[in-house]
Amino acid sequence: MRRYSAPLVFLLPATLLIVLFFVAPAVTTLYLSLTDISTITFRHPSWIGLGNYYSLLRDPFIGRILLNTAHYVGFTLLFNVGMGLLLALLTSSVRERYGNQIRAVWLLPRILPPVVYVLIWQGLSREAPYGLISDLLGTSRNWITAQPWNVIVLANGLVGASFGMLLFTSAIRAIPQDLFFAAAVDGATTGQTVRRVVLPLLRWPILFVTAYQTLSLLTSFEYILLLTNGGPGFYTTTVWSLHAYQSALSNYFGNVQFGLGAAMAAVLVVIGIAVSLFYLRIFNFRALVGEPKVEIN
Amino acid sequence: MPLLPPRWRLLFLVVAALSLPVIAGIVWLFLTGSFDEVHGLVPTGPLALKRWRFLWESIGNRPPIHVPLLNSMVFSVVVSVVVVTVASMAAYAISRLSFPGRSMYLGLVLMLHAFPAVSLIIAIFYILRLLGLFDTLTGVILVKASLDLPLGIWLMKGFFDSLSWEMEMAALVDGMSRWTLFWKIALPLVRPGVLALGTFSLLSAWGEFILPFTLIVSTRSWTMALYLQSFIGEVFTDYRVAAAVGLFYALPVIVLFLLGQRYLLNVYSGGVKG
Repeated sequence: MRRYSAPLVFLLPATLLIVLFFVAPAVTTLYLSLTDISTITFRHPSWIGLGNYYSLLRDPFIGRILLNTAHYVGFTLLFNVGMGLLLALLTSSVRERYGNQIRAVWLLPRILPPVVYVLIWQGLSREAPYGLISDLLGTSRNWITAQPWNVIVLANGLVGASFGMLLFTSAIRAIPQDLFFAAAVDGATTGQTVRRVVLPLLRWPILFVTAYQTLSLLTSFEYILLLTNGGPGFYTTTVWSLHAYQSALSNYFGNVQFGLGAAMAAVLVVIGIAVSLFYLRIFNFRALVGEPKVEIN
Repeated sequence: MPLLPPRWRLLFLVVAALSLPVIAGIVWLFLTGSFDEVHGLVPTGPLALKRWRFLWESIGNRPPIHVPLLNSMVFSVVVSVVVVTVASMAAYAISRLSFPGRSMYLGLVLMLHAFPAVSLIIAIFYILRLLGLFDTLTGVILVKASLDLPLGIWLMKGFFDSLSWEMEMAALVDGMSRWTLFWKIALPLVRPGVLALGTFSLLSAWGEFILPFTLIVSTRSWTMALYLQSFIGEVFTDYRVAAAVGLFYALPVIVLFLLGQRYLLNVYSGGVKG
């Protein structure tokens, strides 16, 4: 046993925290989803099997919510990946110094506290004469209420685009320089070089960013919660993860349905586990674990 | 790209124009936080500092500003220290020590790195109540630090992997224990990683909203995110006050950005999750 005392000590704190706040919550989500736990029955929930899942299927708004989720994930993803790619290509085609400055600017939405970021969006979307968007478009509206989806996709997109931008930039930098020189010698224009040399080599990074962001968008609801809280009106911008959160944790209807929310979250947890296991397979896990060279613990 | 396109200045103008909305947002925050009235991005009133009175008196039934400010500072510093320490220890074990289940452990970490932790929030709420940590700063700190761990372990493992074995071998042969070796030799050698992970988790905890919003109720445990949110959540938001509070809250981040853009760019390019 002494042989393994060192790894034990080193791994203990991390393992404890991971078990407490990853493994236990995942199991708890599944367990709670099979009970009728709510504000009233919080202390003594009873087992109802798949009851919550049946009521999910029977929920008249479930179609609406699925559609919203698809809309949100689809359009935000398109913006994130497209804009990220565009920014990476453009900032890589100007002087290094300027390119870095632009990339740094795009980091701002990511590092600003989300509440401040959303406050800025709310301020810019106000009616005339205060809101910049109303000023520029010449129509006085509260644009969050008038065009909730566009604002949600853009607000998420300005944050999300930097992820792809940074990843694609590193990928472009990793392309062997000879390829660019060869293309230039062959008389290729910049456009042709990008289309025939750079983009084909970015296939894997693009696939990775798309896959990765699909999963995180599917479960993220922070900006929607802050921008519209699922409104305006009834379920206009409520996505799956937000609905789960609200059913379980917001007191909107007085009696929160913890079990039902857990059932919706359980669906996300299962998808999350499945997809992340799938990542392990395609991104060649074995190659990442070399054997330790010093066998003394 | 190694060869600049002939019209790269034009491309620069295009990409600069694309980035204008981001700049406009920051400018709006500064202007609305300082002037009496702002139309679009044009100040139409005089400088007004009275909306900054939240700095010396409590507004409505909110706590005085030093309460959320102190909480936010404690929250982000402790989270960052915990993440760096715990993640480095685990990463060192995975990178350097041999034990059964090592590759499974790394697989678990990698899987959790991709796994979207927000989907666990409902169960985390329940577990914190069971543990009696609901509505405490300690509880939120533990949760936030745990959720950052997979990323941290993964990042630090990369740094430890690139250290040379010779120095460690020498230290071990001289009879140094693994524990001393880790703190005295290995950890100082991966300082860039420690700094990068520390900065990342500091910023991410400073901005964190969903966790305190869900897991904290009483105003004495509020963080700055909740304090600011209380101004926005009102029926009629006074944007001038909200912008002043928001500017105050975001100022450390903006200053850090102005001083160390290049450094931040490296931190976020280093495989940090988005």
